[in-house]
Amino acid sequence: MNTAEQTMANEQREYLSFVLSDEHYALDITCVKEIRGYEPVTKIANAPGFIKGVLNLRGDIVPIIDLRIKFNVGEAVYNEFTIVIMLSVFDRIVGIVVDGVSDVIRLTDDDVRPPPEFGVAFDSRYLQGLASVDDNMVILVNIESLISSEELGLFESQNDGGEM
Amino acid sequence: MSIDIEQFHAVFFDESQEHLDDMEQLLMELNVDDPDLEQLNSIFRAAHSIKGGSGIFGFDALTGLTHVMENLLDKARKSTIKLDVSTVDLFLETVDLLKVILDAYKAQGELPEADIQTGIAALETALAASDGATTIASEPAPVVDEGFGFFDDDDDEPGAELSDAQPVSDSPGQTEPTAEQHASSPPSAEEDGFGFYDDDLALPVASDTAKPYGFYKPIEQIQADVKGAKDGSAPPPVVKKPGQKQPETTSRASKEASSIRVDTQKIDAMVNLVGELVITQSMLSMISEEVTGTVGQKLQTAIGELERNTREIQESAMSMRMLPINMTFNRFPRVVRDLSTKLGKKVNLVIEGGATEIDKSMIEKLVDPLTHLVRNSIDHGIEKTADRLAAGKNETGTVILRAEQKGGNIVISIIDDGAGLSRDRILAKARENNLPVNDEMPDKEVWKLIFQAGFSTAAEVTDVSGRGVGMDVVRRNIEAIGGRIDIDSKKGNGSAFSIQLPLTLAIVDGISVAIGDQIFVVPLVNIIESIQPSREQLKSIGNDTLLWIREQYWPLVAVHKMMEVDNAIDRPTEGIVVLLESSKRRYGILVDSLLGQQQVVIKSLEHHYKKVPGISGATIMGDGRVAMILDADSIAEQCRPIVEEEMLA
Repeated sequence: MNTAEQTMANEQREYLSFVLSDEHYALDITCVKEIRGYEPVTKIANAPGFIKGVLNLRGDIVPIIDLRIKFNVGEAVYNEFTIVIMLSVFDRIVGIVVDGVSDVIRLTDDDVRPPPEFGVAFDSRYLQGLASVDDNMVILVNIESLISSEELGLFESQNDGGEM
Repeated sequence: MSIDIEQFHAVFFDESQEHLDDMEQLLMELNVDDPDLEQLNSIFRAAHSIKGGSGIFGFDALTGLTHVMENLLDKARKSTIKLDVSTVDLFLETVDLLKVILDAYKAQGELPEADIQTGIAALETALAASDGATTIASEPAPVVDEGFGFFDDDDDEPGAELSDAQPVSDSPGQTEPTAEQHASSPPSAEEDGFGFYDDDLALPVASDTAKPYGFYKPIEQIQADVKGAKDGSAPPPVVKKPGQKQPETTSRASKEASSIRVDTQKIDAMVNLVGELVITQSMLSMISEEVTGTVGQKLQTAIGELERNTREIQESAMSMRMLPINMTFNRFPRVVRDLSTKLGKKVNLVIEGGATEIDKSMIEKLVDPLTHLVRNSIDHGIEKTADRLAAGKNETGTVILRAEQKGGNIVISIIDDGAGLSRDRILAKARENNLPVNDEMPDKEVWKLIFQAGFSTAAEVTDVSGRGVGMDVVRRNIEAIGGRIDIDSKKGNGSAFSIQLPLTLAIVDGISVAIGDQIFVVPLVNIIESIQPSREQLKSIGNDTLLWIREQYWPLVAVHKMMEVDNAIDRPTEGIVVLLESSKRRYGILVDSLLGQQQVVIKSLEHHYKKVPGISGATIMGDGRVAMILDADSIAEQCRPIVEEEMLA
């Protein structure tokens, strides 16, 4: 399930690091489809506040979620610097709003230390570990498990398919 | 041999599947009393092609079974054995088995070895029996390769296949041998005593099939009384339409000449791209309106041209997805035949409007619900023969499977002339399940109850149907492809299930409306009219508003609240009310203004997100923004409790 962990071994893997408020996070770059500026979205009725709405990504209707609202990090402001990372997870496309994208970093297995149990906005279930890059602590997010989690409710779980 | 033979597997599987489907259909059409040699040859060729192909690829289980089948078929077409119903049954069984084997190879799963052995044994028994019975021509009838089929035959020279690849199967030369065989066929036709097959007096056939061939499990339901057994077990219900045979073969020949096999994903991708093209084009035409002067005029003319072209491209791209519904209907003669034999009922299946075209994705999704409905009609709808006679009906029940286009919809009906739904039984069962019912409910409401989960009124559960799973699934499957199902039934006269489907899933005609700062699309099919209500027409009860129009009260749904839109007009007198009709009820929705009518491409929300109540999908407007498409049925369901109260008040 977690391709990132399986193939990590000792070879270098690439991560895209991004900023939420003043914390640095990183996610497996193979999940990233593209990075674009924030555009106004179309609201979806009865969706939780962190789901901003949907937008048209070349013909696909893609939901945009704001992790800052979900995890209560910083302030959810939208300006010309606000970035949306389009992720491709389990054949679905989901956009996440972040305050900025910083760099592509290369890490080996040894660079990654186990995640802390608390003190981070993300539940440790969604964390892959911690790493230091240029004296900065970077939190590696297991983006697949986060996006598909029940907590975000983006994917319809099997048992409520017959709802309506 | 550096060629990777596996790359041809997919083609072989596809072709074999087609051959098997053809064989099945031909076997169903085959008249056992006077078999059409051309049909027998086609069946033989199909078997032969599968055998050849499977030999090359080393699918030995297929080769083994088709080989024996081919031997028997060869005898049949050379008229050295007499075809009867049981032989055709045997062939059909073999076709089924071949399908299973093919699927197993395709999925690289385990082969049903035991079934294969049984199948081969059954064929060999039939072969041996024919050898013994026909003293005249008992020479083993070696399989003469007449050059049919795509693959070079038994020798299995892998290289030869390519050089010998002319598809000669339909060449005129091939009619020569059949003509010769024709000469030898009359004696056999004389000596058999059939000939009443198509008539209602199927007695000679009945005596024939009374022999236990063992392919069908005996069921308790076969009635003991002689009359019933005689009529009831008289098997092959005459499922073929008169005169269907000829046009069928000719149309197939012409289709073969002009079609190519294309991956559906490619077509879907193309349809998707064309949708994008339409959006880009409308963006362009919006921009062009801002350009002034002679350049602007030229630009607008050019864009007008572009608009026409894109619309045509869109139409033809859409038509690529359309297939005749016969693709689904064709399987039903077999279903009906097997089932009626099994149940000991006489059923005549009539197929109408098979050429009606329907979106390909719907064809696949219709198979299950339709199969269920047809089985239901035969199992529960059509009475047992004795009961039919007692009710003064023709002993052969009729099931009509009809497709027709009505306006922007395709209507598929499954009509039987059986006993009809039993109002009392349904109501009793509903009470048993604690559903809110009363005796005054109109029939239509009562019939709808059978779509509840766990609802079966069949007195006895058979292995065919009656477990009460199903009808709710049927309804859900049909709603999932944007359709709806209605029931009409009359006690003693039969029932009719009609399924209404949109022509295509991909495009909807709609009116775009503004609600607050958002744009929504309302499907045109649901709209009755739109009005600006006056104060006198409005009545409020509690928190809800009713609109008096057309001599009736319409509940007014505040969509802006349901959709959580800010800054929308809240007072009905300031906005516009669009009157909608869903399959469930009629109501009005309040919108700020109407923006215009247009065709929109439906995009799924569920693909990357999930289903949203009240919304059937989304579309991309001319400016590239996303607009939601309102779902009239789902909105009605959302506000059902309120609406119900209002009705009572």
